[in-house]
Amino acid sequence: MSRQHIISLLLENEAGALSRVSGLFSARAYNIESLTVAPTQDPSLSRLTLVTVGSEETIEQIKKQLNKLVDVVKLIDLSESFSLERELALIKVKKTDAIVNKVEALSKDSSAHITDETDGYLIIELAGEKPWLDDLLLSLTDDILEIVRSGVIGLSRGERALSL
Amino acid sequence: MELSGGEIVIQSLKDEGVEYVFGYPGGCVLHIYDAIFKQDAVQHVLVRHEQGATHAADGYARSSGKPGVVLVTSGPGATNAVTGIATAFMDSIPMVIITGQVPRPVIGTDAFQEVDTVGITRPCVKHNFLVKNVSDIAETMKKAFFIATSGRPGPVVVDIPKDITDPNIKVPYSYPEDVSMRSYQPTVSGDIGQTRKAVKLIQEAKRPVIYSGGGVILGEASEELRTLCHTLQFPVTQTLMGLGAFPGTDPQSMGMLGMHGTYEANMAMHDSDLIIAIGARFDDRVTGKIAEFCPHAKIIHIDVDPASISKTITVDVPIVGQVKPILLDMLAQIEGLGETFDRARIADWWNKIEEWRAVDCMAYDMNSGTIKPQYVIEQLYKVTKGEAFVTSDVGQHQMFAAQFYPFDKPRRWINSGGLGTMGFGLPAAMGVKFAHPEANVACVTGEGSIQMCLQELSTMLQYDTPVKVINLNNGFLGMVRQWQEFTYKRRYSHSYLEALPDFKKLAEAYGHVGMQITKKEDVEPALREAFAMKDRTVFLDFLTDTEENVYPMIESGKAHNDMVMAPSSKYKKGSS
Ligand SMILES: Cc1ncc(C[n+]2csc(CCOP(=O)(O)OP(=O)(O)O)c2C)c(N)n1
Ligand SMILES: [Mg+2]
Repeated sequence: MSRQHIISLLLENEAGALSRVSGLFSARAYNIESLTVAPTQDPSLSRLTLVTVGSEETIEQIKKQLNKLVDVVKLIDLSESFSLERELALIKVKKTDAIVNKVEALSKDSSAHITDETDGYLIIELAGEKPWLDDLLLSLTDDILEIVRSGVIGLSRGERALSL
Repeated sequence: MELSGGEIVIQSLKDEGVEYVFGYPGGCVLHIYDAIFKQDAVQHVLVRHEQGATHAADGYARSSGKPGVVLVTSGPGATNAVTGIATAFMDSIPMVIITGQVPRPVIGTDAFQEVDTVGITRPCVKHNFLVKNVSDIAETMKKAFFIATSGRPGPVVVDIPKDITDPNIKVPYSYPEDVSMRSYQPTVSGDIGQTRKAVKLIQEAKRPVIYSGGGVILGEASEELRTLCHTLQFPVTQTLMGLGAFPGTDPQSMGMLGMHGTYEANMAMHDSDLIIAIGARFDDRVTGKIAEFCPHAKIIHIDVDPASISKTITVDVPIVGQVKPILLDMLAQIEGLGETFDRARIADWWNKIEEWRAVDCMAYDMNSGTIKPQYVIEQLYKVTKGEAFVTSDVGQHQMFAAQFYPFDKPRRWINSGGLGTMGFGLPAAMGVKFAHPEANVACVTGEGSIQMCLQELSTMLQYDTPVKVINLNNGFLGMVRQWQEFTYKRRYSHSYLEALPDFKKLAEAYGHVGMQITKKEDVEPALREAFAMKDRTVFLDFLTDTEENVYPMIESGKAHNDMVMAPSSKYKKGSS
């Protein structure tokens, strides 16, 4: 059975390290739903988070192949632990009362808010778990003029940490 | 000591103990070549094509266990080397390939002879580096050798921009004693608990098979494998890459398995209740149809690469680590069992295997008036007393060599198993000769393959590396023709080679000895004559039967017990 996994890596912050990871996925025909990468507090290390879908066997292979890359320092499958995940989306919409009301209602129990208003256009910032975000964006499809999503990031909760 | 970048490259090789560099010069490596000129510790071998350099370094590595080293220029030098790099990668051969790159200021501008070498080679190297500073060269070289030779070995590319090899810019040099990399820790020792589980299965097995591969040779564990096999008295089959790790002439050997493996090996795999896979990776040419692979067997898998475990075939007891200590560990446990380890329990199994063996699956028509390729290999075996280093190209001749020349020692059989690179054999043979100047080296090839790196005959004359080229000339891209015979109703689409050169004259034109053999009775005398010419390269062009096939054959997508058998074998349909 196929399932979605969020895999986080600590990667040497070297030119080409990212292409080793993305190249692995294309060469071995693995799925990749999102991928995000940025340096950590230690400038020699980047943290890369990717979302992939596959059977248990495929996910096992993906993790082994990732670990085999010389630039990968450490790896964690966030889906295997009690973890917290977030994705950020920015959407541009035309300002209408309906939209403003909707965002206001949302802001009561989520982080959704209007972050910019220019010439009658709004940028709305939405951050939350991917499934929540997917549903919400679906309900806004007709209003969305432009969208950008960050891809999923995540941390395991409690003491467990992906660090050296 | 202050050295320029170019000098550092060469000094690093020297400090790494490198004897030979196989290479070809060009603009971006001229500073490095100048550094080569000024010393004589590291010998440079000037090939005729960069592909030849990589295969020669590869043959050197496979036959000696030491890393092979290549030096080529940027752009076309690097792209010409790619086939050889991929060949080494697929067979896990330790190599370091130094490629020149355009100067840093022009990288990314489509400069003359610029290609993204790191990008092009990324999917077919264990790792690669673009060196950005002259002060990083020594450490990068050390890392390259460390990565290439440790864990599961493989090729490493070091791409060096020309400007950091400038003779006028000198920096302090010291070669690191060792390197540690936080992201690469290859030495893992097998889990003792897993070994215990394996030994338990071994104790209970009634129809065991030891399936060993190239990893045993790479892991220098042939001795341990032999002891283990002899202690257990289990039947042994070896992959194309593993031949020689266990002696091919040993009574316990069932020969090779897989697509052109023996009847007994494949049938035993199919009926087995325990497979002990050692340094083998369940390649598709070995497994055949995955869904019907060893349907009754539990599987133990020993491998240094965790990613090889359960990649295509799910295994029951994986043991990840260096083969040698794991085998020693297993042996100690089995010896500890003493008399309680019962060998009589597999007597029936051996009887069954003997029945399969009696089918004589590789029998060929010995009365044929033509020169049968199998016959040539048998005579080669006889004349060299089974002790030659044999390289091969890719095709039917490769399979005939693997089937009819039983290797009793590791590192004697040198072929491109994973990538199946035509053109590998001749330069590889030259590389073997550099590692073993006194040994008999034969290159078994076909008239198709030999023309893919033929130009190295010139290098072989220059460096005096006498090799015997055994050209099994069937006038066909034989392996292609065989597939067309079996699966395309004999529609021989572009597998016939017209207008072949006169190989005898060609060899002579290159300054070597050429012979053409057209009669069966001349085969053995010609081989004797050729091998008697110790210090000459002799090209023996055997005009063989044009449409002989390699048997047995498991057609792709079929299971181990579904083989096409040789017409000359004693196999009767339904007799198994
Ligand atoms: C570089 C390369 N191109 C194509 C192939 C596909 N191929 C595999 S065997 C073969 C025929 C080889 O012919 P020859 O060298 O004459 O050997 P034979 O099979 O006749 O013994 C070909 C074309 C290959 N393995 N390598
Ligand atoms: Mg041929």
